Amino acid sequence: MEFLQHLLNTGISTISDVLPIAGIIFGFQLLVLRQNIPNLKSVLVGFVYVLIGLTLFLVGLEEALFPLGKLMAQQLTDPEFIRSTVHAVGDSLQWSDYKWIYLFAAAIGFATTIAEPSLIAVAIKAHQVSAGAITVWGLRTAVAIGVAVGIALGTFRIITGTPLHYYIIAGYIIVLIQTLYAPRSIIALAYDSGGVTTSTVTVPLVAALGLGLASTIPGRSPLLDGFGLIAFASLFPIMSVMGYAQLGEWRLRRMNNARNDNDSEDSE
Amino acid sequence: MNQFRVFLGTLLSSLRDLLPIILVVAFFQIVVIRQPVPDLGGILLGTLLVILGLAFFVRGLEQALFPIGETVAYAFARKANLFWLLIFAFALGFGTTIAEPALTAVAAEAAKIAAADGHIAQQPASMARYALGLRLTVAVAVGVAIVAGVFRIIRGWPIQYFIMGGYIGVVIMTWFAPPEIIGIAYDSGGVTTSTVTVPLVTALGVGLASSIQGRNPMIDGFGLIAFASLTPMIFVMAYGMVV
Repeated sequence: MEFLQHLLNTGISTISDVLPIAGIIFGFQLLVLRQNIPNLKSVLVGFVYVLIGLTLFLVGLEEALFPLGKLMAQQLTDPEFIRSTVHAVGDSLQWSDYKWIYLFAAAIGFATTIAEPSLIAVAIKAHQVSAGAITVWGLRTAVAIGVAVGIALGTFRIITGTPLHYYIIAGYIIVLIQTLYAPRSIIALAYDSGGVTTSTVTVPLVAALGLGLASTIPGRSPLLDGFGLIAFASLFPIMSVMGYAQLGEWRLRRMNNARNDNDSEDSE
Repeated sequence: MNQFRVFLGTLLSSLRDLLPIILVVAFFQIVVIRQPVPDLGGILLGTLLVILGLAFFVRGLEQALFPIGETVAYAFARKANLFWLLIFAFALGFGTTIAEPALTAVAAEAAKIAAADGHIAQQPASMARYALGLRLTVAVAVGVAIVAGVFRIIRGWPIQYFIMGGYIGVVIMTWFAPPEIIGIAYDSGGVTTSTVTVPLVTALGVGLASSIQGRNPMIDGFGLIAFASLTPMIFVMAYGMVV
């Protein structure tokens, strides 16, 4: 009964999220552009799919993944647990004693990013537009690696207590340098990737991890450090996506060079 | 029958999308944490719903959100009516954000913090007014972002100048804004890019860039989402300074 109530509530809030958007689009299409919508029936059915899909997706996340993920974050950041993994029992924990947390942070960052629906959408579009040069899985993996590195580094920052703005400013400087050298066609997509990752799946789990960690370690503010992790998760994909394009360009150049070398040998 | 097979394919690829999460959770539960999982049946049911939901969403994406975003973009490009296009861009940004449930939640939370700090009166009416003000601020910020982004696509200006300028704006505002608004401001940037908005806005940008002569959809088409997650930070910090 409670489950059905949850399903109903989520359904209503999804509809109230989608309805204004549909209203604006159909309103402009019919009143300003004065055009009929091609394949109207198929589009309407598609909107219903979006509503059903989002509702089931959100209910499933809230029923299963979020409680379990939050519980795991609590268990892993529990001081008792961390001590039990350290062999030599000392008085204070070192930053290197938190190895399972770094691994969990990276793994959960990677895995939730792969399942992020908005990223799937952007990757499909990028694949179409780039005429196949960017693959759907290539882009998603690049973004997921960025999030994984970002969140692992973010947990390291919370544990060591180093100031957030050092990391963010250093990150912006790297992004700036990469922007100068990366292929022009990737830049806008890379910037978009940063905004897409902090969406439905990743944020609640990452926030739970930050919260658990910040309340375990003395002197950390749960509110501030939870926000810090999300900032990392949206900065690092920009670097990894530009890196992905740079790697692709470099490999292409090397292949061309190899071919040119072969050609010149042949002509001799 | 054919429809069914297509859906089965989508379902399988959703399962593949969820597989990393399932593996990570299973590994840490079995190898590292080694404690019984509460309510295993509920978790399996929830996972099934997530897979099903993702499959439906991806079908809807390709059947509704992408085509409609492109149709509108092509129609505007053909009519070449800049005024209405910019009005549409603002309405789309504003409309998708004001109703966003995540934003409503963040705004209510922010009002509670502001009331606890004695920043505003601790009464339901003034808290509701503060929360509504915050939601309007973020919605206007996203509207402005889409307008600026669409204008950039039409002109073909390089995106990096805008982004760098925006980040400098964020840094400067962080200096002057009251400390309690900063966390909320940074968070509101991520909240705005919802799962329905992203595909629509992406299709609009790419559609515009591919139908305007001299624009390359790869170089010019993306970037609207980057704008939409940048402006709310600046606008919300300004709101914190004014209110």
